[in-house]
Amino acid sequence: MEIPYTVEERPDTGINNVRLGIWLFLASEVMLFGGLFSTYVLLRVGATEWPLGASLLNVPIGTFNTIVLIGSSVTMVMAHSSLKLSDFNKYKLYMGATILLALTFLCVKGYEYWEKIESAHLPADSTYLAIYWTMTGLHGIHIIGGVIVNAYLWGPGSGMWRTKREQFENRVEAAGLYWHFVDLVWIFLFPVLYLL
Amino acid sequence: MSGSLEETKKHIADYKKVAATLAVLTVLTVAVSYLDVTVPLAILIALVIATTKGSLVASVFMHLIGERSRTVHWTLALTALFWVVLMFIPLLGQADHIGVPKTLSNANAPAAHGDEAH
Repeated sequence: MEIPYTVEERPDTGINNVRLGIWLFLASEVMLFGGLFSTYVLLRVGATEWPLGASLLNVPIGTFNTIVLIGSSVTMVMAHSSLKLSDFNKYKLYMGATILLALTFLCVKGYEYWEKIESAHLPADSTYLAIYWTMTGLHGIHIIGGVIVNAYLWGPGSGMWRTKREQFENRVEAAGLYWHFVDLVWIFLFPVLYLL
Repeated sequence: MSGSLEETKKHIADYKKVAATLAVLTVLTVAVSYLDVTVPLAILIALVIATTKGSLVASVFMHLIGERSRTVHWTLALTALFWVVLMFIPLLGQADHIGVPKTLSNANAPAAHGDEAH
């Protein structure tokens, strides 16, 4: 059965279902992370003491990871542009770079977690650490999800380029929108948790 | 979004400029955090920079700047409205205590004198 409006625009919404679907999903994600940011504000405003993020976390490592994630957003958007220019080899290169940068981010984050566990800075230790582990953990799960989707689109899923080009381009665009959103969340998480 | 080759090439030039700007703003965020300013001012500066970076990602990388679909506009406007409400909820909770030095309990806080007595 052919799924309708995967490429062509729906007359009532003005966009195809892929883009409508990903934007609705991202809207729900905004509310998910918004709830946690709201919780952070509630806990921080009500706390008698709040540690400076830099006193517990490694700021240079956090800065490095921020640059890595921004870099992956750039390679992701370049991967999509390469498809628009019909340059499949460059697409593979940029998408591969996106996956590698995402894995770098996860490895660095894993090292940070290991450091925290070694020094017994666990969620139960303080409200700050509880919100740090929750927010960065949820963000990390989103990164893992993005890596799985991007790896599929880089590997087995890329065969669609030969048969249904427009549909494949749409899939990469949707994955890209998700990836930029994950980057956007980190842009706010970094100063809130590491610097303030 | 337009699919023309010329426009795509123009977009690529924009992506490179935005990438450089985001890198500079990230370094700036860290540099500003070392300034000796009050906590409210530090929070304000950090959030202004983060919002600028977020806007660049959303408008250029996510192509919201050229988005013509009213469905997407309305979805995002509604999301933004609910997000603002979410951010105001903690402030409303604090409004009851304005001028009163009473705070919520926190794991970081030292034990209250009353607790030690028991």
